[in-house]
Amino acid sequence: MKSKKVVLYGLLIALAFILSYIESIIPIPVPIPGIKIGLANLVVITALYLMGPKQAFVLSMIRIVLVGFTFGNLSTMLFSFAGGLLSWSLMVLARKIKGLSITGVSILGGVGHNIGQILVAMFVVNSSSLIYYLPFLIISGLVAGTVIGMVGAIITIRLKKYVKE
Amino acid sequence: MFKKKDIQLAFVILIIAIFALILITLTKEEGATVVITVNGKVSQTFPLNENHTMIIGDESTEYNILEIKDGFVSMTDANCPDKLCVKHNSIHFSHESIVCLPHKVVVEIQGGEESEVDMISN
Repeated sequence: MKSKKVVLYGLLIALAFILSYIESIIPIPVPIPGIKIGLANLVVITALYLMGPKQAFVLSMIRIVLVGFTFGNLSTMLFSFAGGLLSWSLMVLARKIKGLSITGVSILGGVGHNIGQILVAMFVVNSSSLIYYLPFLIISGLVAGTVIGMVGAIITIRLKKYVKE
Repeated sequence: MFKKKDIQLAFVILIIAIFALILITLTKEEGATVVITVNGKVSQTFPLNENHTMIIGDESTEYNILEIKDGFVSMTDANCPDKLCVKHNSIHFSHESIVCLPHKVVVEIQGGEESEVDMISN
């Protein structure tokens, strides 16, 4: 039981790490600071449904530290922390709402991630003009969140029987 | 995969975003001045209707090259890692901005009544 958990953590962290790398080499079509596809959120939302909020949080934070040290620097890590934290909190709360499926939860996660990033950006450059990017960030978070949520739903259904043994 | 509430949620978020976009579009006006902020402090301001090219920062360390041409402002070059500022479309209307997060540079256009006066005098 315990070794199984270790293996699962390791697998999911590795997967999140790779997805972050893939995302970093995909060029972003719209030059707006804070916009992210959030591929790694696929792992976080899967962990949220298969393992629970605490486990998803640990995964998300380990991923951010690893990716920050490998591909980024302290300031990119700061943006990721803000995005990751807001996204995780919204998803944990959204999961408690009855009638909302993984897709809805993921949408809130995606939007929350982008909002968190732009809030830190506003704080870093000390300029409120960034707030005008918010509508674009909300829409991009909505689209990315929908896709990630749908894929997450498929993955969760298939993995459930292996994890819950 | 989709429940009724998911679609309702997506719809509400979309409405909010579109409403905000409309609000921004309706309140935008012709820009008058270009305000350059570095590290959270306003470093320089320029009139939008004068052509000008300048270097923000230091060419040996961190730099952004800004160009004001025919009322449009764009970042023509920079040595930041993501180059988002260089890819950004040129800006012209008030509230529009180009941001270079790695260098903490914000180029913002501000409106003002002076712009109309300037246009008449020109």
